[in-house]
Amino acid sequence: MSAVPDDSAAPPRVGLFVTCLVDLFRPAVGFATVKLLEDAGCTVEVPEAQTCCGQPAFNSGDRATTTAIARQVIEAFEEFDYVVVPSGSCGGMVSRHYVELFAHDPEWHGRAEALAAKTYELVSFLVDVRGVDAVASRFEGGVTYHDSCSGLRELSIKAQPRKLLESVDGLTLAEMEDAEVCCGFGGTFCVKYPDISNEMVERKVASIEASGAGTVLAGDLGCLMNIAGKLSRKGSPVAARHVAEVLAGMGDAPAIAAGRKG
Amino acid sequence: MDVTSPAFKENAARALDDAQLQRALGNIRHGFVEKRRVAADALPEFEQLRDEAKAIKDHTLAHLDLYLEAFCETVEARGGTVTFAETAYDARRAVLDICREHEAKTVTKAKSMVSEEIELNRYLKKKGIAPVETDLGEYILQIRDEAPSHIIAPAIHLNRDQIEADFRRVHTHLPNERDLAEPATLLGEARTILRQKFLTADVGVTGANFLVAETGSAVIVTNEGNADLTQSLPKVHIVVASIEKVVPTLEDAATLLRVLARSATGQDMSVYTTMATGPRREGDPDGPEAFHVVLVDNGRSGMIGTDFQEMLRCIRCGACMNHCPVYHAVGGHTYGWVYPGPMGSVLTPSLVGVDQAGQLPNASTFCGRCESVCPVRIPLPKLMRHWREDEFARHLQPRAARTGLGAWAFLARRPRAYRMLTGLAARALSLAGGTKGRLSSLPLAGGWTKHRDLPAPAPRTFMADWKARRGA
Ligand code: SF4
Repeated sequence: MSAVPDDSAAPPRVGLFVTCLVDLFRPAVGFATVKLLEDAGCTVEVPEAQTCCGQPAFNSGDRATTTAIARQVIEAFEEFDYVVVPSGSCGGMVSRHYVELFAHDPEWHGRAEALAAKTYELVSFLVDVRGVDAVASRFEGGVTYHDSCSGLRELSIKAQPRKLLESVDGLTLAEMEDAEVCCGFGGTFCVKYPDISNEMVERKVASIEASGAGTVLAGDLGCLMNIAGKLSRKGSPVAARHVAEVLAGMGDAPAIAAGRKG
Repeated sequence: MDVTSPAFKENAARALDDAQLQRALGNIRHGFVEKRRVAADALPEFEQLRDEAKAIKDHTLAHLDLYLEAFCETVEARGGTVTFAETAYDARRAVLDICREHEAKTVTKAKSMVSEEIELNRYLKKKGIAPVETDLGEYILQIRDEAPSHIIAPAIHLNRDQIEADFRRVHTHLPNERDLAEPATLLGEARTILRQKFLTADVGVTGANFLVAETGSAVIVTNEGNADLTQSLPKVHIVVASIEKVVPTLEDAATLLRVLARSATGQDMSVYTTMATGPRREGDPDGPEAFHVVLVDNGRSGMIGTDFQEMLRCIRCGACMNHCPVYHAVGGHTYGWVYPGPMGSVLTPSLVGVDQAGQLPNASTFCGRCESVCPVRIPLPKLMRHWREDEFARHLQPRAARTGLGAWAFLARRPRAYRMLTGLAARALSLAGGTKGRLSSLPLAGGWTKHRDLPAPAPRTFMADWKARRGA
């Protein structure tokens, strides 16, 4: 890695918030995240008391549950120098929405603000905070990058993943049309309005295929499961992976929704 | 207009199956989006203008009573009258009374969403007065007896062939063999027909984009010039506008105009910006003899001081729907009332009740594209979420969704139990996925697996694996 972390200081202690989807569906993303963080000179710890950031409750209008979960997350993570999340939407939840939740609770509002100030989505943390500008990784072939909505619009993640992807040996980036348009996942939206969601993911998959890339990458597992599930149902040869896997040199494991060997 | 918002899902299914509609929606998806982008990029101070636009609206809403009073005074000082209408009924009744006072038989109308809201056309017709829409799109909808599907491009869901068929069906006095193959010939025919209506109308009804407290003016923008003719040819001009259209000064209106057309169609300015200030004065070359303003509340004052006050900043540019992937998929009629897209998903529950329109704020992925282009920076996703909170608090959501969420919430708050269950789920789902690594059907997950496979989890969760590897 060509970044020059400041060795004179003690390595920052990073609390990894792995997210409920990565924990259950794609542990490889968690391990890729750990590798990238350690390569960037951080020590990584994974607090036991984590489950989910609370978005399902928040977006269903259940404020009481969301608040309870937010308190749990704040308590589990406030001791770290940084909190890093391999997801723009969960990162945005912690760094943008917790503060709103506690608008009328001075004590927790302060704690939520303090946590928000040190919580980052993984790729933006590497580039914007740790100054990483290249990774030592290889990936053969063309990839296209889908800008997940929360990461893009809440956290301004756009240039950072592209910058790091450009440094991957053997990789070529082919932009798709409408890379910034939602894939139709939207958490519970995709099961509450399956037909509309399907129309959206069909368009997304058509843009991905038209890019000519063999692999689609994104920074949010929710979108990726939606996209991968559609690609798989269509019998498309395009593979879907979390961007962290490719950046960490773990891009040779089976893709999302693809078969395991043996 | 009948509210069909409770049937949002059925409306959506029909729209998704309508090949003609899907083709028409394609124009919005790229045309409007690209034009707005180019217009915004061309103006270095555009983002700052959006801040100013928001600030003007916030300031006005904070002192709405004062500015409405000031507006009434200036209108009256210039010889006009103002009627305050609390409900939709009061508003249409006020228009009818003025029409009757002037013994009107025909009323020309320039586009106004609020007149859709108060169902003015249907009412006037029932009372024996013929309303004629003069905006081309609105005119087409009127002869089709349809509602607008977009707030600035009302007939965007139609194609040329449909319009030609309508013209042939309705304009029976014209020769059958006439050529209507080009959009320009259709426009020409509509012009000829409307010109006569303009000249014979007794009353002209327009909406307003802004009401200026300082001068008592109503400002309206069009691309066809039909608002000019609607308000300057008849003896009587009635402005029907909702209360939040008021702004303090002409300067403020000018600032808002700079973001309005750019956000809407990507134009620097609309083709016509028309200001109406009182009736014709001595020496004026033209203008109406009487000038009336009907100020419509219809639920808006109840939004002041609530979470939804921010929605009253809306200047009806349509950018939110132009950029909305859900609107792109299902079109405006699916939303089931006057206002479609993200702004409708926030406003409709306020105006017709969340029990009727509760589907709308739920049918969003919260992708945030609407908020990112809204010229007055309305946090549309946040306001939709407020409606979901309201529904949750009042137990308006489907029982299955509540139960599922309740069980999940119970676990999410108990990390150890959660860990145990996710561990089991990972094993079970991973086994079910087999070597294919995916599930094509799964009990209780039909909403997902109807259209896509579910990627199977790894056999062990990250948390379990991490513990095994690092002994944490
Ligand atoms: S909500 Fe914003 S973007 Fe939508 S119509 Fe109103 S002003 Fe325009």
